[in-house]
Amino acid sequence: MNQSNKPIVWGLFAAGGTVSAFLVPALILVTCLAVPLGLLPADTLSYQHLIDLLQHVISKLITFGVLFLIIWHAAHRMRITAHDLGIRNDTVVMLICYGVAAAGSLLMLLALLKI
Amino acid sequence: MSRRPYIRELSRTGWWLKQPRYVRYMAREMTALFIGLYVLILMAGLFALSKGEAAYAEFLESADGLVGLTFAVITMIFAIYHTFTWFQVTPKAMPLVIGGKRVPGAIIVGAHWAGFAVVSVALWLLAGGQT
Amino acid sequence: MSGRTVELEVLRYDPDQDDAPKFQTYTVPYREDWVVLDAINYVKDELDRTLSYRWSCHMAVCGSCGMLINGEPSLSCHTFLRDCPDKIRIEPLQNFPVERDLVVVMDDFIDKLGSVKPYVVAKEEKDVDEGEYLQTPAELAQYKQYTACINCLLCYSACPQYALNDSFVGPAALALAHRYNLDSRDIGRSAREEVVASNPGIWECSFVGACSEVCPKAVDPAAAIQQTKIASTADYFMKFLMPWKHK
Repeated sequence: MNQSNKPIVWGLFAAGGTVSAFLVPALILVTCLAVPLGLLPADTLSYQHLIDLLQHVISKLITFGVLFLIIWHAAHRMRITAHDLGIRNDTVVMLICYGVAAAGSLLMLLALLKI
Repeated sequence: MSRRPYIRELSRTGWWLKQPRYVRYMAREMTALFIGLYVLILMAGLFALSKGEAAYAEFLESADGLVGLTFAVITMIFAIYHTFTWFQVTPKAMPLVIGGKRVPGAIIVGAHWAGFAVVSVALWLLAGGQT
Repeated sequence: MSGRTVELEVLRYDPDQDDAPKFQTYTVPYREDWVVLDAINYVKDELDRTLSYRWSCHMAVCGSCGMLINGEPSLSCHTFLRDCPDKIRIEPLQNFPVERDLVVVMDDFIDKLGSVKPYVVAKEEKDVDEGEYLQTPAELAQYKQYTACINCLLCYSACPQYALNDSFVGPAALALAHRYNLDSRDIGRSAREEVVASNPGIWECSFVGACSEVCPKAVDPAAAIQQTKIASTADYFMKFLMPWKHK
């Protein structure tokens, strides 16, 4: 039995899971629910407000770091779930799950570099 | 007398329906589907933001509405379940021993929820909300 | 018989005659102080001599009498009739081949226990004359919980990952490895990693946690595995960041 490379993906999974646990509920509240419910002013998610917020390097780094960890957490868990639901071809599942996470991360990187 | 061991197979897809504890496990795992989709939407939003005001307006159009709101509510429920289950297992993965005595799990979990409250309030204030 | 009774639905299997296991029902008396094992013993003594099953201590320390009782991996000596419904379904442990009736083939489990080097790998082997390896009560407390395993197989029966992939080293074996890794007298952690930190080792576990829920001795194998994951991950990154430190 060879040494597994799982520590890398599991490390990301654990870090992302912790970040998700602490941040996602509040994130959903702020980004999806607060404005329709009238709890936050309508321009919180406006184009100019977000562009201004994301000008600082720190904001970009934090945004990238947080979303990167969360998407990798979700990707790894989905890979495991596919196995749990009887899908045996782990290589294909792995490529799809991590592929989507990689694509999203790249998209995000390009977006943040441009903003 | 011959040996002929019999192998009882479980359903590979439906095994988790057989006991409540497995259903709860599957629900916990499913949180990742919704959280993942949500983050992908955020990433799409960032991408639209980088393409300009028109692209971003189009993104907001498609994300708004009843479907968007329903998805957000369902994802919120799953997200809180993820938080709940994640905190619940933390004392097992990282047991804390202070002064030779093991810190009760409930205290570790409680501390995490307190941290969660602090972080959530901080994010709320950062977004411009009032307490 | 007069008085309250309980119905046992037992999954029978005779390898000489049956193609597949079949349920057989027995009616046994209800006694307030009986456990399921007492009811099964009654069947064997009074109703059906051919029923085969393992048991020994009748007090939840030997680990012999594990079986599914109404679908839940349980020790039959540890499950009281008064806590069960009037119809009790009894089957051999899930995830193991059925030898006969309630007797399962344990060989895979025994092999896996042995594969994790379940013994103290000491810094220097001492002669008996040189005395014992010393350990403080605090050092003992570190790993004592994980010594409680009675090898009853309930955790393997409850584990869906073992069901889906029987090359998984499994909860009890990994908890046992953890017991030795935490033992202050032991330096064998890296030697155990080949089995423990392999793909069918800790990484097959997805922390369902059913193992710890069914464990009659509160060993908490799930916790043992998660702690090992963290330690292995830290080890892995240390190897890259500080290769000179790794033995």
